[in-house]
Amino acid sequence: MSGANVEITEDLTIPQLFYSQCKRYGSGKVAMREKEFGIWIPYTWQDYLDNVKYLCLGMVSLGLKRGDKVAMIGDNRPEGIWAEMAAMCAGAIPVWLFQDCMMEEVKYIIDHSDSRFFVGETQEEVDKALAIKPECPKLEYVLWDDPKGMRRYHQEFLMSIKKVQELGRELDRKEPDLFEKMINEGNGQDVCLLFYTSGTTSLPKGALLTHWNMLSMGQSLMAIDPCYDTDDFVSYLPFAWIGEQMMSISCGLQVGYTLNFPEEPETAQQNIREIGPHVMFAAPRLYEGLTRQVQVKYLDSTWTKRKAYEIATKIGYHVAEMMFEKKPVPFHWKILKYFAYLIMQKKLKDHLGMSRLRHCYTGGAAMGPDHFRFFHALGVNLKQIYGQTEIAGISVVHRDGDIKFDTVGTPLPGTEIKISEDGEILSKSPSVFKGYYKNDKATEETLKDGWLHSGDTGFIDDDGHLVVFDRSKDVMILSDDRPFAPQYLESRLKFSPYIQDAWVIGDKRPYVTAVMCIDYSVVGKWADEHKINYTSYPELSQNPAVYDLVRKQIEEANRDLPEPARIRKFLNLFKAFDADDDELTRTSKLRRGFMADRYSDIIEKLYEDTDAVHLDMTITYEDGRTQRIKTDLRIMEVGQ
Amino acid sequence: MGQVGEFKEGDTILKLEDIHMSFGKVAALSGVNLEVKKGEIHSIIGPNGAGKTVMMNCINGLYRPQKGNIYYKGERVNSLSPHKRAAMGIGRTFQKLELYGGMTVLDNIRMGSHIHLKSGIVSGSIYIGKAKKEELAERKFIEEEIIDLLEIESIRDHVAHMLPYGLQKRVELGRALALRPELILLDEPMAGLNLEEVEDMARFILDINEEKRWRTTCILVEHDMGVVMDISNNVLVLNFGNVIADGPPEEISSNPEVVKAYLGAEDLYITRR
Repeated sequence: MSGANVEITEDLTIPQLFYSQCKRYGSGKVAMREKEFGIWIPYTWQDYLDNVKYLCLGMVSLGLKRGDKVAMIGDNRPEGIWAEMAAMCAGAIPVWLFQDCMMEEVKYIIDHSDSRFFVGETQEEVDKALAIKPECPKLEYVLWDDPKGMRRYHQEFLMSIKKVQELGRELDRKEPDLFEKMINEGNGQDVCLLFYTSGTTSLPKGALLTHWNMLSMGQSLMAIDPCYDTDDFVSYLPFAWIGEQMMSISCGLQVGYTLNFPEEPETAQQNIREIGPHVMFAAPRLYEGLTRQVQVKYLDSTWTKRKAYEIATKIGYHVAEMMFEKKPVPFHWKILKYFAYLIMQKKLKDHLGMSRLRHCYTGGAAMGPDHFRFFHALGVNLKQIYGQTEIAGISVVHRDGDIKFDTVGTPLPGTEIKISEDGEILSKSPSVFKGYYKNDKATEETLKDGWLHSGDTGFIDDDGHLVVFDRSKDVMILSDDRPFAPQYLESRLKFSPYIQDAWVIGDKRPYVTAVMCIDYSVVGKWADEHKINYTSYPELSQNPAVYDLVRKQIEEANRDLPEPARIRKFLNLFKAFDADDDELTRTSKLRRGFMADRYSDIIEKLYEDTDAVHLDMTITYEDGRTQRIKTDLRIMEVGQ
Repeated sequence: MGQVGEFKEGDTILKLEDIHMSFGKVAALSGVNLEVKKGEIHSIIGPNGAGKTVMMNCINGLYRPQKGNIYYKGERVNSLSPHKRAAMGIGRTFQKLELYGGMTVLDNIRMGSHIHLKSGIVSGSIYIGKAKKEELAERKFIEEEIIDLLEIESIRDHVAHMLPYGLQKRVELGRALALRPELILLDEPMAGLNLEEVEDMARFILDINEEKRWRTTCILVEHDMGVVMDISNNVLVLNFGNVIADGPPEEISSNPEVVKAYLGAEDLYITRR
């Protein structure tokens, strides 16, 4: 069964769609699987319906009303989706929080969203809720699903999901029609999700999305890249990221494919391999990680394997290049391609869990052409997408066979894209959100005559592809007054397995510099092989040999760049960038403004005639503890 | 497991009476008495060389004390070998890791529960009937009760000696738990761990002590005073083979003799916090 097997109308709500899909598939088809205790445990659509129904009724009997907000946090797991769907069925509005949110953010979002219910996973989330409850008077109930560590919690407002479902069963016996009645009451134009954007600059803003927003978005994507109800999808990226909602809810529900939940976040990669998904959507960071992993394994393997890899990638790159240029692939190259598949790609794709992959998407931040080529050379159909929370996920995507790695593709059906006079990307589609919650000012700035103002600059090229330049404020002006996107350079640097992160500086400066974060495990291994002793990340990062190594990577990236864009000086930071220190957003984008403040000392020294900088600062752990760091960092020049 | 009647919370599960143990002319333990109640966490502290590990070895049977009695659940166990004591429900972890380095985490843990397998070589190798049932039950127990508790899902197929130290410590605890012990001897479980790992380990110890499924009595040898004072019900202080104090943590931390012998003039809470 292909793409949209259900008619999506403006009036249809997600719960109505959910209900009809459950009725249609019943207990004959698996709706989701979770790996637990070492085995994949299936849940049929009937199980899905029952769990959602009783949880929904249970929350209703605790007093949940239409329009209430329900905050949710936790790893990807069936209970998370059940809770979200249950809230929607009752006409309430789910609010997802990132699993690793700091206490302050949790408090802000719970309070700002007026949440009455909080659904956490286990003790950790419950503790967060308990800590903020005194300051969030609107919060009434805290629910959890994993009993681990909960034996000493007896507060009345704390309840397990199982117990709530018991209450739901009771209510169902009294009012058997209530659940269906609540579902039928909904309308497609109602708000179904309150989604807090990660915000590279300011406090999170809550975007209000309707059922029609979500479903029309899914429908458009499925129209170009159809999925089938026999497909598998692995849900492991945070539910608080719109991309995951789009795949699990907007598309998943329409198509009816099976959602698979990994055992633990750490086992995700292994679990993906076990499932072999047909479709995948992840942020560039994941693909960068995979690339690094392959490159490191390559360095590690035997001579024959390395040779096989080299030959196969050479063929792969050549064929990918022909396909990018839309040239026909000659017959003998097709044979060679199959040969490459046989000797290497088949195996490698299996290891990466990509054997069955039809489409995979990357979005949320820029990804460099090197990574892009790498995957296409492997025969993986990786496509760039562009979108934002405010448009319920995505609006622009590459089409099969029409991939240009410096663009993000062409608009989805039903989506209009135009560029404003000052270069800002504007979009209009049925998926454009209703506005920000309790923030009319921001709504007015973002939404003008139905056009969504993205804050990104870009242009549309001759083939009708959208090119996203960068966040407008992130564009650097080089010494020769040329505008330049630092992300382009950063993603080039990150193609090296030794570099985990890079931050390129150079806006209105005489030359370009970079702050580098080494990849601890890869460089650590390299150091072991070169008999370099180290005890910690800070020590390893400051090792002169490691500096030489990083310098070589930079020289590589500098190659074929115009003179003013080349990196002249760099230093290795004593730690990797971290969202807990506010250096990255929760979706792993660099927060440049913040970094420029935080590391102002470093920037200053990079443009002085000195070879070291003294740093004295505080870093934050996830549980809120802080530690003061005093250290000296070396600055190194890069040969031109 | 409970051979000698049913033991309730608060009954004495282990009793050491006037234990003497010397190696040549060095007296490691001279007249040590200890009474451990079922359900408690009883810590043993003392400076290096005080005889803590010797005491552990006496309890689980690696050493035979020259004098004195050891009663486990009312039964005198002095003459029993370590594996017999293990079968009675005494599990332990070691200060220096004693894992099977070349085996996977899962195999190490399975090894711990091997003592409970009843099926023989033949039925085990053809995997039918009772042997199959037993193995499935075993799998369920290990996955649901141990791997889930210790959060080592991601490493279950890793070879033990390739793991970081902190994780190996966890695996060792897992193996000890697979024995389904009623009394577990933990020999410096926090040594060499970083702050986060210490917190995790303390939580696991509390879990196996308090969780209904386990209710395991713990004897804890540990140098991290913060942990000891936070989670113990009773603390025994050893110095050169002699017991200088035994009682609840509050009492111990204010005992002048303890402070003098072990802790010097410094604050008792010399911890990593």
